[in-house]
Amino acid sequence: MSNLDDLYREIILDHYRSPRNRGELESPPAIRVEGFNPLCGDEIVVYLEVEDNVLKNIKMTGTGCSISQSSASLMSAAVKGKPLEQVREIVATFKQLMTVHESTLAHDDEPAKVDLRALGELAALQGVVKFPVRIKCATLSWNTMMQGLDEVA
Amino acid sequence: MTSFNAKRVRADIPQLNRRIFDHPITYLDTSSTSLQPNAVIDAMSRYYQLRHANVHRAVYQTASEATAAYEGAREHVARFINAPGGAGEIVFTKNATESFNLLAKSWGAANLTSKDVVLVTQMEHHANIVPWFQLRDQTGVEVRFIPVTDDYRLDLSNLDELMKGVKLLSVTGMSNVLGTINPIEELARIAHRRGALIAVDGAQSVAHSPSDVAALDIDFLIFTGHKMLGPTGIGVFWTREEILASMPPFLGGGGMIADVRLDGYVAAEGPTGFEAGTPPIAEAVGLGAAVLYLEGLGLSNVVHHEHALAADALTRLNLEFDGRVRVIGPPDMTDRGGVISLDVEGVHPHDVAQVLDQFGVCVRPGHHCAKPLMRRFGLAATVRASYGPYSLAKDTDVLLEALSHAVKMFG
Repeated sequence: MSNLDDLYREIILDHYRSPRNRGELESPPAIRVEGFNPLCGDEIVVYLEVEDNVLKNIKMTGTGCSISQSSASLMSAAVKGKPLEQVREIVATFKQLMTVHESTLAHDDEPAKVDLRALGELAALQGVVKFPVRIKCATLSWNTMMQGLDEVA
Repeated sequence: MTSFNAKRVRADIPQLNRRIFDHPITYLDTSSTSLQPNAVIDAMSRYYQLRHANVHRAVYQTASEATAAYEGAREHVARFINAPGGAGEIVFTKNATESFNLLAKSWGAANLTSKDVVLVTQMEHHANIVPWFQLRDQTGVEVRFIPVTDDYRLDLSNLDELMKGVKLLSVTGMSNVLGTINPIEELARIAHRRGALIAVDGAQSVAHSPSDVAALDIDFLIFTGHKMLGPTGIGVFWTREEILASMPPFLGGGGMIADVRLDGYVAAEGPTGFEAGTPPIAEAVGLGAAVLYLEGLGLSNVVHHEHALAADALTRLNLEFDGRVRVIGPPDMTDRGGVISLDVEGVHPHDVAQVLDQFGVCVRPGHHCAKPLMRRFGLAATVRASYGPYSLAKDTDVLLEALSHAVKMFG
């Protein structure tokens, strides 16, 4: 069961059961972006409130598996209130974490070379990379948020 | 009936010897694709090892052996579905989806105008929906749906009205999500009485219920090799000889012609006219072997075996989870096959399937290429377990154990 425990860490299950920043923001002024995973039917709507290059508020609605829902919740907690520049850095580090390296699949013990401490709670999602078909679940909310932020830039 | 022994079938299937995360594999995804017995794998290997050559072209010995093997497969398939006109009515395609595209883009384009209706159902696979929408964009044909009742059956109460203007009724023999077996004979009678033709999607039904096209009195039957113990890459399109003769060619190129000149071409007659390019020869040979293997088991034995397993699974699923696991499909085995879709309360199908995987259980989470049906029941996805001739009651034991683990984990 060790693989499974690696995927479904306590933090992930906690964010799945009690997702942070659920809800909607009035749009406009908030940016509203929809994301879909056509393979499994997961849907997410992300609301972003940006002021003076700071992500003042973020809310999300949608349905999906524990990985997509907890990833969205963890993301919202990590980026809320942060300057956009820092948000982009967090996104870049997270994307790096989600990159499958041949070595990651071949040798269970060799971690991807990512600064996990910089990711805080988000590091709990690193187990996902061992289950390549689930990476799309984890990245759905992130890609959707970035699509929204690109509209601001 | 007494001669059937699932353990002997298992001994013929090498993949069932695999262990997944230190568990023996529990394969419950036959609806998606079935496992192959050695008879099929060996027939394909022998073709590649000893008699690989192109078909219908050269005169050397191995070329005639390859042609005989390819055409022999057509005869096996014709016998399997009791095609009244024999092998000349069997067109080989890539899969059931390509067969539906052949139906829509050849027969459909020639016969369905903006004044006509093609009637499908809300429980169809996308393969029996999207080609009709594509044809609608081209010719303006109306695509109409027979709704599905809360009991997971076709709602035929308004069929008389729905049949108005219908030239083709295209319906699945068995739902790949619900397991519901549709009343094909009755629908064929109604369609014919109203002057319409009937096409049947046999992808799920041909290996799990008898499919005698003459007895059912249908006009088109479409199915695929890899859901009936055969290989991937080979599908079947059957229609009556006179209909096939009336159909314009579909894909063009080598193999499908009688003559080509600088000012045009003449298509070949019969099935070859619809088989452009070098066909999937090894796959056809494998499909022929799968038919022989299924005939050896006896299809009625297979049906009986799978139904007994599914009946037991339905009973236990309803008893053991205090209502937390809901069956999306008919609750008993009346007009139903061994396809069981589940909704686990509070647990997303992908999470259920991920936990099951750790027990070596292979099931399919998702919308099963039937999104209109999923929407009808307000679901994004289900977890689907499906039985085959090699399934055992032990597979259900492992499924239930893994399911209770998933329920606990996310509960």
